[in-house]
Amino acid sequence: MSKRILIKCNEATSICDKTQYGEASRFDKIRLLLHNFLCHRCKLYSEQNKLMTKIFKVNKEKCTEHKLCTSDKEAMQDALDKEITS
Amino acid sequence: MSSTPKHTLDPNKWIDLHSNYMYNYTITRVNNHDVAKDLVQETFFSGLKAMANFKGQASERTWLISILKRKIIDLYRKNNSKKGKAEVRMNFYEDGENKGKWIEERAPSNWAETADAIIENDELKLALVECIDKLPEKYRMVFLLKTVENYETEEICNELGITPSNLWVIIHRARVQLRSCMEGNWFNK
Repeated sequence: MSKRILIKCNEATSICDKTQYGEASRFDKIRLLLHNFLCHRCKLYSEQNKLMTKIFKVNKEKCTEHKLCTSDKEAMQDALDKEITS
Repeated sequence: MSSTPKHTLDPNKWIDLHSNYMYNYTITRVNNHDVAKDLVQETFFSGLKAMANFKGQASERTWLISILKRKIIDLYRKNNSKKGKAEVRMNFYEDGENKGKWIEERAPSNWAETADAIIENDELKLALVECIDKLPEKYRMVFLLKTVENYETEEICNELGITPSNLWVIIHRARVQLRSCMEGNWFNK
């Protein structure tokens, strides 16, 4: 069963997405490279997609400043105490 | 030969030791204060009920987070069954001689800013959160599990009862939609 080496834009962008998670096969990466060489839109999509991946990663690690306020914690503690003693 | 558990549970200290961490973990995934607070509270209740099952192999926090993760997935699943059918714009021609090619007005355009330096910008983060919120629930759920939670493909498929092909179609559509949203809200505003 042979896969086509030339692919359409929807397939190329789909492979590009798998690449962002390290789940594209070597053959798919070759097909993507070849497609991007011929298609400036998908090349642009790939570049922007890589940047988006970096943005997701950076912002995932940055989300550390959220805290519960004291009244929320107290209410939570009361509810938990009741549950423990019941 | 019996092994002594390395870790123990002390529910009296859960709020002090873990509530902020768990809230922070949750709010970045559900993006709603009340929902996050409720999930943390429910996790503590479930933890109390399941204390007998704690084997001491994982730390108290890891164990609580594993319960919390399950609750977040259940919430995603519940939301998905409630709405989940929001419209997704197609970006490629679906038939005809242009099948599979970009629809002209949806094709990527050059972005004004692409330098790595901008990715730490707080406003950019807000724009990203807004765009993720606009995704249809099912897309948002799969995207977050895969991208934020780093779940394995197989794990997500088992949890949500979808095939790997479905998953990649969803991830693809979510990312195309996010890219397009960020293009409008940030990169070319």
